[in-house]
Amino acid sequence: MKKVLAILLALVMVFSFAACGGDSNGGGTDDGGDAAAAELKVGFIFIGAKNDGGYTQAHFEAMNKMVENFGGKVEVAYVENVADTDKQAALNAGTNLMDQNCDVIIGCSYGFKDALAEMAEANPDKYFLHFSGEQKNDSNFTNFFGSIEQARYLSGMVAGRMTKTNQLGYVGAYPYTEVNMGINAFTLGAQAVNPDVQVKVVYINSWGDPELEKAAAEQLLTQGCDVIAQHCDSTAPQLAAQEVGAYAIGYNYDNPVAADAYLTAPVWHHEKYLIPTIQAIMDGTWDNSVYYGTMADGYVDLGNLSDLIPAEVKDEVNAAKEKIASGELVPFTGPITFSDGTVWLNEGETAVYDSVASWPASLPLVKGATGSDL
Amino acid sequence: MNLIRISKRDDLPKKKEIVIRILAILLSILFSGVIIMMFGLNPAEIFRSIIEGAVGTPTRIRQTILTAVPLTITSLGIIVAFKMKFWNIGAEGQITMGALGATVIALFLPESVPAPLKLLLMLLASMLFGGVWAFIPAIFKAKMGTNETIFTLMLNYIAIKFVTYLQYGPWKDPNSGGFPRIAYYPDNALLPSLFGVHIGWIIAIICVAFVYLFINYTKKGYEITVVGESLETARYAGMNISQIIVTAMFISGGMCGVVGMIQAAGIEKTLVAPIANNYGFTAIITAWLSRLNAVACLFVCIAFAMLTQGGAYIQIALGVPSAVASVVQGTVLFFVLGSEFFLQYRVSLARRAAQAKKEVA
Repeated sequence: MKKVLAILLALVMVFSFAACGGDSNGGGTDDGGDAAAAELKVGFIFIGAKNDGGYTQAHFEAMNKMVENFGGKVEVAYVENVADTDKQAALNAGTNLMDQNCDVIIGCSYGFKDALAEMAEANPDKYFLHFSGEQKNDSNFTNFFGSIEQARYLSGMVAGRMTKTNQLGYVGAYPYTEVNMGINAFTLGAQAVNPDVQVKVVYINSWGDPELEKAAAEQLLTQGCDVIAQHCDSTAPQLAAQEVGAYAIGYNYDNPVAADAYLTAPVWHHEKYLIPTIQAIMDGTWDNSVYYGTMADGYVDLGNLSDLIPAEVKDEVNAAKEKIASGELVPFTGPITFSDGTVWLNEGETAVYDSVASWPASLPLVKGATGSDL
Repeated sequence: MNLIRISKRDDLPKKKEIVIRILAILLSILFSGVIIMMFGLNPAEIFRSIIEGAVGTPTRIRQTILTAVPLTITSLGIIVAFKMKFWNIGAEGQITMGALGATVIALFLPESVPAPLKLLLMLLASMLFGGVWAFIPAIFKAKMGTNETIFTLMLNYIAIKFVTYLQYGPWKDPNSGGFPRIAYYPDNALLPSLFGVHIGWIIAIICVAFVYLFINYTKKGYEITVVGESLETARYAGMNISQIIVTAMFISGGMCGVVGMIQAAGIEKTLVAPIANNYGFTAIITAWLSRLNAVACLFVCIAFAMLTQGGAYIQIALGVPSAVASVVQGTVLFFVLGSEFFLQYRVSLARRAAQAKKEVA
């Protein structure tokens, strides 16, 4: 026994010597060099994995584009897979990022709101930017989002044209205003080209969980839906649709991973916000105003229209896209009634939002869409 | 044809025990080092960074303590149950119910109640709710001999689903824009801080002292140990076994319930379904590692919290995948828990059998 112990001790020692030897050209010094050159360090809190094929990947690639744009002036750090259902995880991630000298903390999920608000109050010398929340403070905390309903409406047009059963499926996250707004835009877009279409929604009560997303998509597919759209983070619904030969409309990120099913996706170009904002922070010209990007800004967009879509449908959607960008076409234009028969918008009325805070406190689904929990 | 013979050890010299333990730790360092090298990273730097990330700055120390507090108290609760070989793996649910109890007081008592009184009531409510959640499987075990492992495990899901129901249903905050969350605690229901960390750390230290004294110096504590060692002995000594099981489990669940209150009032500032955050399961490991000793438990939990915080640090600082930290943690656990086996059993190669065979040939 003693002999074994002695050998082992010797091994560990040799091993750590060898390791120490390599230390001088290891990763640690590299970091130090970067930190000295960079003017600003930005920390990202991601809800998912950077390669999730959807929500987080869209944020991650925007982050990389931002870094590339500033060519060494801006350094980044990030934490992946931070749960947004409890505050502790986001607090831990944010605190660790600040401990790593991040000057700006960007929280990329709705549920990070409370943690960001708390950290902003405790750290008045840092900046806090929140995607999709409605909260801000008077100095160092604000939020950014955009009119994704514009792209949702167009994706609805695609779905309305491509369906044969006139049953569209929609995997929803929570029955929350943001999600329902997207479903409504999608439904109205589909109804604009195909008045008979019905949208069935299954809420998974999570922003993203491949298992739940898949289960919800399968439930919709067995109910006769032949196009599956989604408001959730991964590509699971698209893969589920592909498996049974149905069509799929993604979200967040143009990623035809299920190439036989993928039609298009409403996508975000977060770099359109990140680059000018980080520039403003470095210049000292930043103010804590809320950002709400549109299709005209290029912040929200419709992804590539895949070759599964006939040319005439592509033309129709592209024409509508131009009208939306120019403001000629507003997705929420009355008359619109909710599924319970009450009126949302009268003839001639429109609903356009300029911040998350301007949304209605709660928003039911429009006529033609019905929701249920998974 | 048994080439390896395993037999139970009856007594193990202290020296040998220490050697086995050191061996386990060295092996875990060596193996995790090899795995880190396979990731293309420098193991010495990773190990150094983990320590640096856990205690390098006041912020990091604070983060480590924030993780250690719930882990320690949950482990202590589990220790009380495990001492009598009652396999309480329901700490997760007891934490959740404790948080629920605290929330009832926090949200539904008038705002005019002074903070100290409110916090005290929240503490008591969390103990009561957590205790009752542990009492249910205890009474069934005591009266009907049900399997406590399954029972406590299943109660976890019931507790979490019940809070989920409240969060999505009757307790949903009308001011949340349709988002399923429960209203925030008023300011007088929040845990105050001392030295930059919420006072949960003081509660944790009190709990360590309490469990240590309770197990070692009280009649009930002694009875719990006896029940754990041998039911027959306890019965022969005329102990009321049912009562001991029920009391111990109430204490165990009550302590886990306190964790729920600390997490809700100290960090979340509301009740959320995943409030227990897996502490209930992680604490089973730390309870084992501390060999059911309350004082050792404190140090094991701090070490574990250091690994967690250090792991979070290296993910950000060195940009390594979070899997690297999990690998280190997993390897340490594998070897240290694995060494328990060698402390309990003697493993010898069956040379004699092999020799006998040779002779025949």
